[in-house]
Amino acid sequence: MYQTGNLVKELTEKHGRERKSLIPILQGIVEKYNYLTDDAMVEVAKELDISAAEVYGTASFYSFLDTAVRGKYVIRVCKTITCSMKGKGEIIQTLEDMLKIKVGETTSDRMFSLVETNCIGWCHKAPAMLINEMPYTDLTPEKVVEIIKGYMNK
Amino acid sequence: MINLTINDQKISVPAGTTVLEAARKLNINIPTLCNHTDLCVAGNCRVCVVEQKGARTLIAACAMPVSEGMDIHTNTLKVRNARKHIVELLLSEHRSDCTKCYKNQKCELQALANEFAFGDTIFLDLVEDHPYTIDRSSPSFIKDDSKCIRCQRCVRTCAELQYISAIAVANKGAHQKISSFHDRPMSHVVCTNCGQCVNRCPTGALVEKTYIDHVWDAIYDPDKYVIVQTAPAVRVALGEDLGYDPGERVTGKMVNALKQLGFDSVLDTDFSADLTIMEEGTELLTRLKKALVDGDKDVQFPMFTSCSPGWIKFIEHKYPEFLPNLSTCKSPQQMFGALAKTFYARKKNIDPSKIVSVSVMPCTAKKFEADRPEMRSSGFKDIDFVLTTRELAIMIKQAGLDFRNLEPVPYDSIMGESTGAAVIFGATGGVMEAALRTAYEIVTGREVPFSNLNITPVRGMDGVKEASIKIEGCTNDWKFLEGAELKVAIAHGLVNANKIMRDVKAGKSPYHFVEIMACPGGCIGGGGQPIPTSMEIRKNRMKAIYAEDEHMVLRKSHENPDVIAIYKEFLEKPNSHKSHELLHTHYVKRESY
Amino acid sequence: MEKKGLNKVGLIFEKIDAREALTKAFNMSNDEIIQQILDSGLKGRGGAGFPTGLKWKYTAAEKGPEKYIVCNADEGEPGTFKDREILDRVAYKVHGGMAIAGKTIGAREGIVYLRGEYRFLLPKLLMELEEFHKMIHEIGYDFKISYRLGSGAYICGEESALFESIQGERGEPRNKPPYPTTSGVFHKPTSINNVETLVTVMMIVMHGSESYKQLGTKDSRGSKVFSISGDTPMPGIFELELGMTVQEFVNEFGDGDTKAVQVGGASGFCVPRKKFTDTIIGFEGVPTGGSMKLFNSSRSMYNVLHNYLDFFAEESCGQCTPCRVGCQQLLKGVEKVKKGEVKSTYLNELIKLADTMKIASKCGLGQSVGNAFRTIVENFREEIIY
Repeated sequence: MYQTGNLVKELTEKHGRERKSLIPILQGIVEKYNYLTDDAMVEVAKELDISAAEVYGTASFYSFLDTAVRGKYVIRVCKTITCSMKGKGEIIQTLEDMLKIKVGETTSDRMFSLVETNCIGWCHKAPAMLINEMPYTDLTPEKVVEIIKGYMNK
Repeated sequence: MINLTINDQKISVPAGTTVLEAARKLNINIPTLCNHTDLCVAGNCRVCVVEQKGARTLIAACAMPVSEGMDIHTNTLKVRNARKHIVELLLSEHRSDCTKCYKNQKCELQALANEFAFGDTIFLDLVEDHPYTIDRSSPSFIKDDSKCIRCQRCVRTCAELQYISAIAVANKGAHQKISSFHDRPMSHVVCTNCGQCVNRCPTGALVEKTYIDHVWDAIYDPDKYVIVQTAPAVRVALGEDLGYDPGERVTGKMVNALKQLGFDSVLDTDFSADLTIMEEGTELLTRLKKALVDGDKDVQFPMFTSCSPGWIKFIEHKYPEFLPNLSTCKSPQQMFGALAKTFYARKKNIDPSKIVSVSVMPCTAKKFEADRPEMRSSGFKDIDFVLTTRELAIMIKQAGLDFRNLEPVPYDSIMGESTGAAVIFGATGGVMEAALRTAYEIVTGREVPFSNLNITPVRGMDGVKEASIKIEGCTNDWKFLEGAELKVAIAHGLVNANKIMRDVKAGKSPYHFVEIMACPGGCIGGGGQPIPTSMEIRKNRMKAIYAEDEHMVLRKSHENPDVIAIYKEFLEKPNSHKSHELLHTHYVKRESY
Repeated sequence: MEKKGLNKVGLIFEKIDAREALTKAFNMSNDEIIQQILDSGLKGRGGAGFPTGLKWKYTAAEKGPEKYIVCNADEGEPGTFKDREILDRVAYKVHGGMAIAGKTIGAREGIVYLRGEYRFLLPKLLMELEEFHKMIHEIGYDFKISYRLGSGAYICGEESALFESIQGERGEPRNKPPYPTTSGVFHKPTSINNVETLVTVMMIVMHGSESYKQLGTKDSRGSKVFSISGDTPMPGIFELELGMTVQEFVNEFGDGDTKAVQVGGASGFCVPRKKFTDTIIGFEGVPTGGSMKLFNSSRSMYNVLHNYLDFFAEESCGQCTPCRVGCQQLLKGVEKVKKGEVKSTYLNELIKLADTMKIASKCGLGQSVGNAFRTIVENFREEIIY
């Protein structure tokens, strides 16, 4: 349940109201909800007294500060060359089949989002992915099924 | 001083000068695109790259400060090849429909293409890869993303000059674009319609919404009676789009041209500017009386002028708690509109439903103002169409007029007579000066204590100007003001309006009356004025405004015979019930972010 | 050319007593430390290779009092993962290196910019940081380090973009000059150093510069941590002396069928088999931040090139024309060449474009796209066309 009012206030208490506080505040919202709603961005604009367009312009620069709706667990599969060589395609296929969504989409129960991302720094254990902040490496289709089942059971 | 060489020519300039500035001193032309003299340095288009001896890469002339012994070459083969590529790259992400484009022949990218990129297209078209939107939601301007070359001039303008930041750079990489808040239509975000972004856009990505065809239709409709009013700032800038230098006064020719275009009556916004002074001057004195004599705690100071619709939308969004401080007077445009379909229609015996009321404005926000739902005091839409100065120039060209050789011709009457106090509305400080010329005389019976009525402390390009006038020798009615010091301020450009409002909000504002214009320079720098704009151009236009004033016979609003007549015959007196009905308005609170 | 052969080194991950190293440093004068670092020949380990001693010298010479030491932990170059390992295993040496830098340049504040993809490391790093702050307080030096997270933007590894990001802005590289040593984060004098560089500094202070100078070559002193991946039986991180040839590297790490080695990630150079013996891994040959990718003959170099161009088109900050549009043109261009929708000679136009990007782009990203483009297209032209 996306409730930003109090969260934004808490974050501005913690990080301040200057321009340099903007990204930690946006990160704080994303840490909790995985994306930024328009209302959240307007709240931040109010607290920092900068325009909503500025907040949006800054947020949209960063791939992890999503302004599109994301689920509780955001799966980011690396698509850079080594992971691509080592079987990222199969991993994507497994996830698409299991979650019944395509890359870029979110499940209707808002539990999982599937996106591709660029090198996350696990090339020696490719293919790799992040689910929220946790890395998962040396992936195989079987391993991926187990991992996702684990999240589904949480 | 730093010594350097550009194209084998030596020059010495102060430290901090850029290579571009130094080159300009030598009259060496380096092409630019993202650079604009009103704005901070961006250095992102890379059109101005030049060769610096010993450097690993080319350098951006606009961003590189000079250094001792620098050896620069601006037009080597290496530089030209790079420039050609850069222009070709920009063309590849630009939807080129030049023959249909509003900026045809006035587009900076087109000019660069003509210089560097004629011949076969080198690169692949990228426009087809990027879904784009053409935002026509605002009544004032159109934002066409397919023509944007991402120079960011609009973003810098809206941030640095206008404080609002209605648009910002969004996304990155291939998806980078200039966007409103989450791509919302411009009519649904905090935007004042001031058009300063339009003034600085090098291509057709930002242009005003034009009503030229609507106006032609009305003119050629035998059933319609088409009136046109012209704002003060138009007459000192129209010439720029017709081959004149900035600062040439073309008033008489403009009136003649409008007649030739087929308008049934060519009248002057300056008339209603004089009217505004009567209404607003009286309003100010009434408020002072209420505060000082009646002890009315509800009367708030400072009182703000209300003729700039960009400023109005600004305060409605950002400082709605101070709406009561605004004068309730409409702008001259709207006062004129309300009277055109009532007083004028009656006097001329015309069916008001057949009147089409057109205005020519230096402004894009006026298009929004005319559309405001409350602007229907006449029983009809008070102003039907607003044309910018630029649009009028286009119509004059479309009509094939030989503008230079037109005889100067006076405005029609009624509602065509004006004073010098009215024409100075076009410059920042002009409304204040006009108001003081009248108010001071009402209160003391004497002219303002400034040589030749020129109140120089309120003039000029400083962002915030202050003045104070001691009021002495009051007539009996105004004895309560004896010895008072009237403190006034003038701000132009919304970043300066914000400075004033911050102080007002903090309770530290010492002023009684403040004039605010949304556009830098006042209306002469308006969003509808000829492009390009620069401090020098605006200064020249401003000089012309004050020259118009000096050359007028009547220089005080209360001496305008048409104004005297309209009160006698129709409105009774300033702030009368009728005046309030037609000439005053109310405001609306809007979202702040 | 000085050739060194492949030699494994155990410097970066060697356990040391941080307190001892720091105490040693604090008993030296700033000039002594700068001289020692200069003497060691240490160049930045993030990929740009600027002499660390010089960077500190310039920053130290700037007027304070507000100065910063920034640790660039935004490791985003494809194929680089050594900083992650360093932070995971020897974070105390990163913090220590920052303290030494701070003392030398006159900065009381250090900021670590950690890429968002490594956010999972943060709890552990913050615990280490607490220990560090305690120790530094006991030693008696007023110095505080804070962590700032990235949020998924490769370009924030560029120094001025990184500063912009810390300041709450889009990570768009700045015009230079001014350079970071004069105007860095918050527009104050800043020395920005890579994770590995800071650890190396600790080791040089601990052991002296002489032993460090024995490693590497005249132009590439010392050792480097390499991240090795791709078609190799030994993927992982290895600390090796600088100055070996690519052939020597492939002899150790290849799978017997190595067709090409991409040195320096997507912004680096592709070395084809025929150039292995003549190419030195170091600043005099192909420099690298550590990323080493091996491709065997089963790999399509078109796929490799396409992957890199797709990466750049996405990660470019987008502000300057040559990079924003150039990356898209290169990507679309090779696709069309491959599909036969344009003549193969169009590749020559694209090479010219890559060259323009090299000299006209605003920052290192745009300037480097041509490295991979040229080396792959020139050496594997048939794979791009057919």
